[in-house]
Amino acid sequence: MSAAVPLPAVRPPRARRAGAIGMLVSTGPPGIASAMVIAIATVVALVGPLLAPFNPVLPNLALAFVGPTGGHLLGYDFEGRDVLSRLLAGAQSSMLGPLAVVVGAMLVGVLFAVISAWRRGAVDAVISSGLDILFAFPGILLAVLAAAVFGAGLWAAAISLAIAYMPYVARVLRGAALKERSQPYVAALEVQGASATSICLRHIVPNIMPLIVAQATILFGYAMVDLAAVSFLGLGVQPPAANWGVMISENQGGIPQGYPLPALAAGACIVAVVIAFNVLGERLFEQAQARR
Amino acid sequence: MSSGSAGGSVSAVTALSADRAGSGAPLLDVDALTVHLQVEGVERAVLSDVSLTVSPGEALGLVGESGSGKSMTARAIDRLLPRGARVSGQIRFDGADVQALSSAGLRDYRNKVAMIFQDPRAHVNPVRRIGDFMTEALRTNLGVAPGEATQRAADMLAQVGIEDGRRRLRQYPHELSGGMLQRVMIAAALLTEPRLLLADEPTTALDVTTQAEVMAILDDLRRDLGLAMIFITHDLELAAAICDRTAVMYAGQIVEVRESALMHDDPLHPYSAALAAARPDIAQTAHRLAAIPGRPLSAFEAPEDECAFAPRCPHAADVCRAARPELISLAGGLSRCARAVELRGALRTQPAGAG
Amino acid sequence: MRLAFIGRRLAMLVASLAVASFVIFGALYLAPGNPIAALSGGRSLPPSSLRILEARYHLNQPFLVQYWYWLDNALHGNLGISITLRENVTTLIASRAWTTAGLVLYASVIILALGIGMGIAGGLRPGLLDTSVLVTSAISAAIPAFVAAIALVALFAVKLRWFPALGNGTDLLSNVRHLTLPAFALGLSSLAIVARVTRSAIREEAGREHVQTAISRGIPRRQLVRRHILRNAAIPITTISGITIASLIAVDAVVETAFSLNGLGAYLVTSAQDKDLAVVQGISLVLVTAFVVINVAVDLAYAVLDPRVALGSRAT
Repeated sequence: MSAAVPLPAVRPPRARRAGAIGMLVSTGPPGIASAMVIAIATVVALVGPLLAPFNPVLPNLALAFVGPTGGHLLGYDFEGRDVLSRLLAGAQSSMLGPLAVVVGAMLVGVLFAVISAWRRGAVDAVISSGLDILFAFPGILLAVLAAAVFGAGLWAAAISLAIAYMPYVARVLRGAALKERSQPYVAALEVQGASATSICLRHIVPNIMPLIVAQATILFGYAMVDLAAVSFLGLGVQPPAANWGVMISENQGGIPQGYPLPALAAGACIVAVVIAFNVLGERLFEQAQARR
Repeated sequence: MSSGSAGGSVSAVTALSADRAGSGAPLLDVDALTVHLQVEGVERAVLSDVSLTVSPGEALGLVGESGSGKSMTARAIDRLLPRGARVSGQIRFDGADVQALSSAGLRDYRNKVAMIFQDPRAHVNPVRRIGDFMTEALRTNLGVAPGEATQRAADMLAQVGIEDGRRRLRQYPHELSGGMLQRVMIAAALLTEPRLLLADEPTTALDVTTQAEVMAILDDLRRDLGLAMIFITHDLELAAAICDRTAVMYAGQIVEVRESALMHDDPLHPYSAALAAARPDIAQTAHRLAAIPGRPLSAFEAPEDECAFAPRCPHAADVCRAARPELISLAGGLSRCARAVELRGALRTQPAGAG
Repeated sequence: MRLAFIGRRLAMLVASLAVASFVIFGALYLAPGNPIAALSGGRSLPPSSLRILEARYHLNQPFLVQYWYWLDNALHGNLGISITLRENVTTLIASRAWTTAGLVLYASVIILALGIGMGIAGGLRPGLLDTSVLVTSAISAAIPAFVAAIALVALFAVKLRWFPALGNGTDLLSNVRHLTLPAFALGLSSLAIVARVTRSAIREEAGREHVQTAISRGIPRRQLVRRHILRNAAIPITTISGITIASLIAVDAVVETAFSLNGLGAYLVTSAQDKDLAVVQGISLVLVTAFVVINVAVDLAYAVLDPRVALGSRAT
C-alpha cells in the first residue's frame, strides 16, 4: 500500500559499488550463496573426473542398485557404477553444454540487439519482426528436430537451443540498447567522427553489460534444464557417457523397484545448480534494471 | 504564556476553542492529530499535533513544502493512511468521530467527503471507461440507476467545461489530456454531492495554462455549490487567492492559521513570512532571490524539544530552543512561534534584496 | 486502433507458420546425404519404394516447388507415410493426439486453478500465507519437468501407491488417474511461475493510485478487489499464463517419455531416434502450429483486456 501514499525519504541513496565483485556482493546473501554453488559446480565440471573416487563408466552388474555402503556415499547405479563418481564426472557435460548454448545465444542476440538499436527505423522494424517470427520454435522441439536430421548428440542439441533462445535475448537487450543509443554522449561521439563499430563496442555494449551478464546467468539455468531434458530423451549426450540428464533416464527403472536414489541424486544436482543460476540471475537483473 | 509541556492538547484546545467560538459549529474539526507510520520497519511521526477547523462552505488553504505533511493530513482526514498507521487525536465531521466510523457510516462519510488527487492519470483506472469511473460511486453507494447516473455524469461534465459529455463518457482515460482528466476527476468528485472537498495539489501536475483553467472551474463550482474545501498546495499566493483562511505546515506541524487576506502583510510565523518573501515579485528588481537557508525538515526529523524551524529562522532565540512551541491564538489566527507576540508586525515581508 | 493490432498479429501468425513450415520441410535437405537417404532414414529400400518416394515428394523438381507440394498436402491433411510403420502419418498422429491434448489440458487447468489461486491468495493477504507461497514457488519454479516426474513417481506411485506410475489407462476415469501425476509433473514449474507473477501483479495493482481513488469514494472491498485490482492484474496474469501454457507443448514430450504415455510427444521422440523423418516433420508441424496459435491468442486476449494497446507486440 505504501506506493500510493508518498512517504518521506529516510536516508540518502547507498553509494554504488563498482566492479564485478561489488555487483556480486550487493546481491545479498542469497546471491552470494548462489555464486558459491555455481563456483563449486564449475570446479567439479573442470576436474570432476579426477575427483571421482571410483570409475564412473565401467559396469559391474552384480552390484546394480546396491545402496550406500562402504566408500560409496550414494550407492550404485543401475549398472553397478558408483553414483557419486558418475555425478562428479557428469558435471562436465552437464555444465559445458549450457555454456555453449549461452555463449552462442548471447553473441548473436547482442549482435542483433545492437544493430537493431543502432540503425533504428526500417532496419529495426525488419529485425524485430523477424525475431518475433522466430519465436515460433520452442527450444526442445528444435533440438528434437535437429536430432532427427543430424543424429543425436550434444552439439546438435546445443546449437538448436542457442538458435531458439537467441530471439528472446535480442528482444530483451534491444530495449536497453535503444535507451543507450539515445543518450546524448552517443550523439556527441558521432559528431566527433567516431565510427559506429567503435561506439557500439566501446560504449554501448559495456554500458549494457550488467544486463547482459544478468541475462546470461538466467539463460544458463534454462539451457541447463532444456539440455538435460534432451539428454534424458536420449537425443543429447549418449550413454555410457556421464551426464546428469542421462543418469536420470538410465536409473528411472530403479524407482518402481524401490531404488530411487541414483535418479533422484542426479535430479537434485540439476535442481541445485539451476536454482543457483536463477536466484543469482534474478538479483543481477533487478540490479541492472535499478541502475537505469 | 506557553509552559512548554510535552502534552500539547490542553493549550491547543484552549486556543482552538477561541478560534471555533467565532464561526459556529465547524463542519470538520481536527484536534491534536498525530500520525505515526512504519517506514522501513521503524515507526516514525509524520504528523504532529495537527489541529484545524473548516466551517461549512469555507475554503481552507493548506500550504507547505514537500514533506511538511499536508498530503498526509488530507489522507488522514479521508482515512486513506497505509496499513499499520497509528493515529491519535480526534477528527470530527459534523460532530461524528471519523476514526470510529465503519461500513455504512464510513461509506456515507466517503460520499460526503470527496478527494481530488494530484496526478489524474495515475488516479483513474486506465482499463475502464470514463463513464464507468464517474458513475461507479453513484451506482454502488447511492443505488442510482445506470441510465440516470450517466445523465448526471454528462451534466456534470458540462459544468466543468467539457462539451459532448456523452461521447467522453464512452472514452478511455488515455484518450483524454491531463487537464481534461483532472476536470473529469473534479466532476466525479462532485457527483455524490459532497459537503467537503479535499483537493490535494490538483493542478501541480498540469501545465501552466491548464492550471489556471482548472483552478477557475474548481473555485467557481465550489462557491456555486457552497462546498467546504481544504486546498492543498505549495503555493502560498495561490492558496491566498482562493481560500478564506490559510494554514501553513512545517515538519508535520501546523505553524500558522490565518485569514488569507491578512497572511501576506501580517504573518504570525517566520516561516510563512519567509515563504511569502521567497516568491519572486515581478514588480521589483532583486539582486538576489530570497531563499530560506537549509532544507525543509520532515516530521520525523523534527526535534521533540525545540522549535522545528529554529535552525533556519532569522529570528531564532534561546526560548525557541528551550521547548517545542505550542499553538497559540493571536489576532484571530493561530501561531506556533514562541516569539509570535513580540515579533508581531516585524515579520512583514521585505522586498527581496532591499538594503 | 485495436483492429490494426489484431490484423498485424494475424499477419505475423501466418508468417510464423510459413517460416516454421519452411524450416521443418527444409530439414530434409539439411540432413547429411541426399533427401532420399534422409527420408529412408538410412535404410536400404527396394527400387520400387524409392520411385514411390521420388514421385510423392517430387524430388526431381526445384526446391520451392517441392516445398509447395508438401505444404499443400499438409494443409489438406496428408502428412506422408511413416517409414517404420508403413502407415499414414496423419492416422498415426490422430490416434495419439488425444492423449497429448488431454495431458496439456489437464496441466493447464492445474496451472490456472492452483497457480492463479495461490497467487491471488498471497497477493491480497500479506503474512504467513504469502511467504509460504513465495518460498514454495521459488523452489518449484526451478524443478524441471522430468525431475519432477521421477520425484512424483517415487513418492506418489511407488511409496504411497496413490497413482499409477506408467501408461495411459483404459476409460475416462482411469485416464484421469493415469494422467494426474504427468499433469502435475508437466505443470509444476509453470504453476510456480504463474503463482509468483500473479502475486506480484496483484500486489502492484493493489498499491496503485487509482485504487486509492476508489477507496476514497467508499467502494466496498469486494467490488474494489474485483473491478480494480483483479481486472487490472488480469493483463499480466493472462500474458504469463498464456506463455507458460504454450511452453507446455515442448516439455510435454519429456513428460510423456518419462511416464510412457503414447502421446504425440513420446512418438516424436521415438521417431527422431528411429530417424523416421516424415513423422518427425508431421508432428513438428502440428506442435509448432499449436504453439504459435496459443501465443497469438494470448496477444489478442491482451488487446481485449488492455484498451491502451494500439500497435506492436505485448510488453515482455
